[in-house]
Amino acid sequence: MSKTPSFVILLLPVLLLISSCNTNQSSNTAAQRQASTTATSTPIDPATVASVSGTIRFDGPVPAPKKIDMSQDPACTGSNQGEMLVVSNGNLANVLVYIKDGLGNRTFMPPSTPVIIDQRGCRYHPHVLAAMTGQTIQIRNDDATTHNIHPMPKHNREWNISETTSSPAIQQRFANQEIMMPMKCNLHPWMRMYINVVSNPFFAVTDSAGKYEINGLPPGTYTLAFVHEKLGELDQQITLAPKENKTVDEAFKSPNGD
Amino acid sequence: MKHGSRSSRQPLSGSTTLKAIETTYNPRHHRFAVILACWTFLLIVAGALVTSNDAGLSVPDWPTSFGSWYKIPKLVGGVKFEHTHRMIAQVAGLLTIILAIWTWKVDKRRWMRILGLVAVGTVVVQGVLGGLTVLFYLPPAVSSAHAAVAQTFFCIAVVMAMFTGRQWIEEHPCVEFDGRKPTLFTLTLLSILVLYVQLLLGAMFRHHGMSWWPHVLNAVVVSFVLAWTAIRALSIYSHIEAVRRPAILMLSLLITQLGLGFLAFQTRVEWGKDAVQPELPMVVSTVVHVAVGALLLATTVVLAIQVWRHVPVAFEERVPQAQRDASVA
Repeated sequence: MSKTPSFVILLLPVLLLISSCNTNQSSNTAAQRQASTTATSTPIDPATVASVSGTIRFDGPVPAPKKIDMSQDPACTGSNQGEMLVVSNGNLANVLVYIKDGLGNRTFMPPSTPVIIDQRGCRYHPHVLAAMTGQTIQIRNDDATTHNIHPMPKHNREWNISETTSSPAIQQRFANQEIMMPMKCNLHPWMRMYINVVSNPFFAVTDSAGKYEINGLPPGTYTLAFVHEKLGELDQQITLAPKENKTVDEAFKSPNGD
Repeated sequence: MKHGSRSSRQPLSGSTTLKAIETTYNPRHHRFAVILACWTFLLIVAGALVTSNDAGLSVPDWPTSFGSWYKIPKLVGGVKFEHTHRMIAQVAGLLTIILAIWTWKVDKRRWMRILGLVAVGTVVVQGVLGGLTVLFYLPPAVSSAHAAVAQTFFCIAVVMAMFTGRQWIEEHPCVEFDGRKPTLFTLTLLSILVLYVQLLLGAMFRHHGMSWWPHVLNAVVVSFVLAWTAIRALSIYSHIEAVRRPAILMLSLLITQLGLGFLAFQTRVEWGKDAVQPELPMVVSTVVHVAVGALLLATTVVLAIQVWRHVPVAFEERVPQAQRDASVA
């Protein structure tokens, strides 16, 4: 009994030292990260930043979405349909909008928060995802079946990983910019989505109302690209004055020329 | 029997026959070889189902399946096709090894024993190619090689079944020499060549390594060469049953295959371009197209071997000029 207090007393300085070292280490790491961020990210004056927003339209007849037969796997319940062309009141969803050119030699650090892909109802949520180069992409499986996640990049490393219901979320990053990189599940051949990896943080994907918004842009002249998985790419030149909130709309035409 | 003016083909004589191979017919050995050929055909169908259902990477590892050497995973979705294909392939490998050992023991023909070993080597190469397709995420060149070696192995299995058959072992083939240019044997070899090219072009298209048009363009060449071969065989050597039967089968399969090719093109290229998943008409037409393609190639190989046996090329005896002059002198 008498030995215990002396043991704790003896150990206390060591524990304090370790604790202090850990604290120093984490504060150093944070400082280093800050320094690194400062060193590699080009600073942007927050007082002058501008934004761009708009609506993407689809001109032409919209084919009825194709129903998906998921009877191959009894665990895939509910209804499912193709998401190749999602149009609501003429507004087009799932369009990537990003600054393609005009940022010069500016460099950017990826955000520390991950973007999430959820596999639910044997479909991907979202259907089109955008992340920054080096940003963590977290892939979850909320289905009562196994999926495999297989991106098919052209400029990044390819991988194919199985994810059961009990597996922890998969964490992956892509090092190089790549637009509309297909990703699919080979167990459920209808499961297909697109990942966009952008080398700057100025991007957005249109929502179900066809709307997008990109904030925090330094004033300047840019090429704004609009990319759709099937309809291809449209570009616009824009010039943003300091603090300007510009509206830039775009319209895709039916590929059949209807 | 009609003889062409330029042809030097002549039956050696009514009673002259060739019988160079001395081995005894073993019905059980032959039946086993037939089973291997049928099993290989089933394996080709299973492999085609994997590709048509886009299930090639549904089991992400190899040689294990989901980390296990023996456990059968839950056969849902693409795993149903991929793992079934792997199991059929394992049995095919085992049957091939057994047949090679059996052949080594019971068959007196040295070349037949070697063929058994070649079959084992081919099935091993095929297994490794299958593994590489998984490990390297279906590169078109490797996947196409996997498809081509599959049909090569099927041809080996079919000819092993033929060589162990009663007819091959016990018949005394009546030989007619072929002096036409090109010879029927040359035509059969040319048929195999254009079919192989067609197989590779089709596989490259199927595995996203090439557009569809080279395969469709070569179909015209294949049709021409195979029709020429079949017409030559049937118009001159139809009295030789061993030539007539595969020639008729080859022609029938060619016509069927052209129809299936058109159907596969429609269901995959035309109707299937905006498909959200592999649709049944596309799966059925493409799988049957692959299966009939394998049968067509194997039939052509059989025809070539039967032509080589029954209608060999007549070689003109060539005496060097110096000897000729000396003899004259």
